[in-house]
Amino acid sequence: MYGWLWRHLPGPTVVRVLISAVLVAAVVVACFTWLYPAIAPHMPFNQTTVGE
Amino acid sequence: MTTPRRTSHVVYGVVGVIGELLITLGLLLFGFLVWQLWWTDVQGNRAQAEIVREIQRETPPVATPSPSATPVPKIAEPRHDDPPVMEQPAHATTFATMQVPRWDGEPERPISQGTDRATVLDVLGVGHYDGTAMPGDVGNFAVAGHRTTYAKPFNRVAELKKGDAVVVRTATLDGGPGTDTWYVYKVVSTEIVAPTDVAVIAPVPGEPSAQPTKRMMTMTTCHPMFSARQRFIVHLELDYWAPVSSGTPAELVGSTSAKES
Repeated sequence: MYGWLWRHLPGPTVVRVLISAVLVAAVVVACFTWLYPAIAPHMPFNQTTVGE
Repeated sequence: MTTPRRTSHVVYGVVGVIGELLITLGLLLFGFLVWQLWWTDVQGNRAQAEIVREIQRETPPVATPSPSATPVPKIAEPRHDDPPVMEQPAHATTFATMQVPRWDGEPERPISQGTDRATVLDVLGVGHYDGTAMPGDVGNFAVAGHRTTYAKPFNRVAELKKGDAVVVRTATLDGGPGTDTWYVYKVVSTEIVAPTDVAVIAPVPGEPSAQPTKRMMTMTTCHPMFSARQRFIVHLELDYWAPVSSGTPAELVGSTSAKES
């Protein structure tokens, strides 16, 4: 999977490393912005109120 | 001869992809922990400090002992008569702040109407249970806050001891009764209860059908930390009140949280 991705990235090794770093950063930002806030309410902690 | 070799190549390929997917999943879970345990605090503290900064309210007067001296907060005269009481505000409206001298170094936290996580607790800090008493009123002024994550306003709740002060300061809002008032509550007791135990926020804590005569406050948060198994409860009773225009409660003078206000 990652090997396939690496083979299909253009340019010399330095450029590939830079592109990979940008891709990783984009994934982290996407997770922090959308994925994690979306799944957090379903996690079994952080309940602070009394009620049903 | 070629068929087994091709089969094994496919098998290794599939196993390799599954392995990479599992490693990726592990990294994503680690990322979730970083987000939940660190980033929500960073974001929450920033947002709540901004909310406190933007609250419309009076500035308590300062006293200047001599022209050259640095101004010091004027100490408010404690009042024990019936305090003014605010109307229930609209959902998610920030109507007050709270400061706890025992939690030295903790910032002043906003209190907003409602206790659902998406619109109040995760984004606005401390939440006021709908329908429970407003600050200073006879009954039970009940609030909830996160003990971990989302800026964890009630993180140090277990440090509270009997007699410790929790100072609630209402905002200007409509300028009607109960606005710009200090309400100084003192801790009466703490307990650990089941999440279903709604009696702790009843007008008379623990006695849902009783008629209230005291001016109580109750804080609820999770217990143990990072768990939803139980709730940590702090009951407080109003000690005194004072208009913000008369000065600053003695409890806040000299503490870090007072300097920030």
